[in-house]
Amino acid sequence: MLEITDLACRRGERLLFRGLSFSVGAGELLWIEGRNGAGKTSLLRILCGLGVADAGEIRWRGRPVRRGDETFARERLFLGHANALKDDLTVAENLHFAARIAGSDGTLDAVDRVLEACGLAAVRGSPVRHLSQGQRRRAALGRLWLAQAQPLWILDEPFSALDTDSVDRLSALLGAHLERGGAAVLTTHQEVALPAGRTRRLRLDA
Amino acid sequence: MGAAFVAVFRRDILQAWRRRADWLNTLFFFVIVVSLFPLGVGPEPEPLRTMAPGILWVAALLAAMLSLQRMFGDDFADGTLEQLILAPQPLPWLALAKIAAHWLLTGVPLTLLAPVLGLQFGLEGEPLFVLVAALLLGTPCLSLIGAVGAALTLGVRGGGVLVALLVLPLYIPILIFGAGAVAASAAGISAAPHLSLLAAGLLLALALAPWATAAALRVAAE
Repeated sequence: MLEITDLACRRGERLLFRGLSFSVGAGELLWIEGRNGAGKTSLLRILCGLGVADAGEIRWRGRPVRRGDETFARERLFLGHANALKDDLTVAENLHFAARIAGSDGTLDAVDRVLEACGLAAVRGSPVRHLSQGQRRRAALGRLWLAQAQPLWILDEPFSALDTDSVDRLSALLGAHLERGGAAVLTTHQEVALPAGRTRRLRLDA
Repeated sequence: MGAAFVAVFRRDILQAWRRRADWLNTLFFFVIVVSLFPLGVGPEPEPLRTMAPGILWVAALLAAMLSLQRMFGDDFADGTLEQLILAPQPLPWLALAKIAAHWLLTGVPLTLLAPVLGLQFGLEGEPLFVLVAALLLGTPCLSLIGAVGAALTLGVRGGGVLVALLVLPLYIPILIFGAGAVAASAAGISAAPHLSLLAAGLLLALALAPWATAAALRVAAE
């Protein structure tokens, strides 16, 4: 579904990577590895359209992706380092807002179901400022549960700050996503049980 | 498309309501600056009345500028900006929602407060109505132009001073025609030409500012 050819990225004087080509098919997960500063985050930002590549092409379903491409925007979901949560709003309000912006199912019922699924039902009405780091990450990940319609997930360190229960829940969710024919690209430094047989690895600093 | 616009608009209003102290600061600043002038200049009604339009407009302009930093600053820091840029809706449209929220939170209260403060300066009758009309046309311009400046200085150290340098030259025409409208009306001349020019400025800003803001936001997020 996603094809990358000859991608290059440079940060200032430093060349992060070049001649990078890979593809991610339906039901596949690509795990991008590399030491700190290898350009993993830069690569993910280029894939989702936040960054600009210095060379190369990104194709989605056979068509080159252009900036402001509405179909691509509807079909990919990006979860970055930052949680994109507002401290003053409650967990439910934050998720509700995120879903409306992403154009996914944002009804209150759906939000409630998601909070139940990611174990945040108890803090549903608390402002995000009262949450711990891990809870915030879980609230941000709640967007994945709302994003069942988006076939491409681009996740930057989704497992950071999570407890083991949440890691398992997220792995299960990723498995279900791939089962449905979705695709995912992610980075993580943790050894996590990613869906076997569907996961490929890509080392950036190799 | 409308749903996302409403979502952004409502979230900004809700956020401001939860942090009332922040945006009330802007209004207090306006009231305090305007109220200090009669104390400094002296109580004679005649000079106060002639200075009133200028003082009210300058104070409104500075108050609007004070609140610019927060317009995109929080979104930039917590990652919400990335999600807005990646949203399927056109970014200028979402930027316009944020600008509209900013106007409702600063421009509208300033416009409502202005006639009350105008009374302090001995403005009454038609000039007061003209003041409100001029502010109604002028304050959206302040939010629109200010958004471009705020977006351009995102992530820049010392952004506050830079915003002022970028935005103030563009605010000057609004100041001149806004204050001019009230002064003309107080002098018994028609304020229509000034108001027409303000309206023209508003249309121009409305046509250009959302796009310029969106482009600047994309650069900031890169």
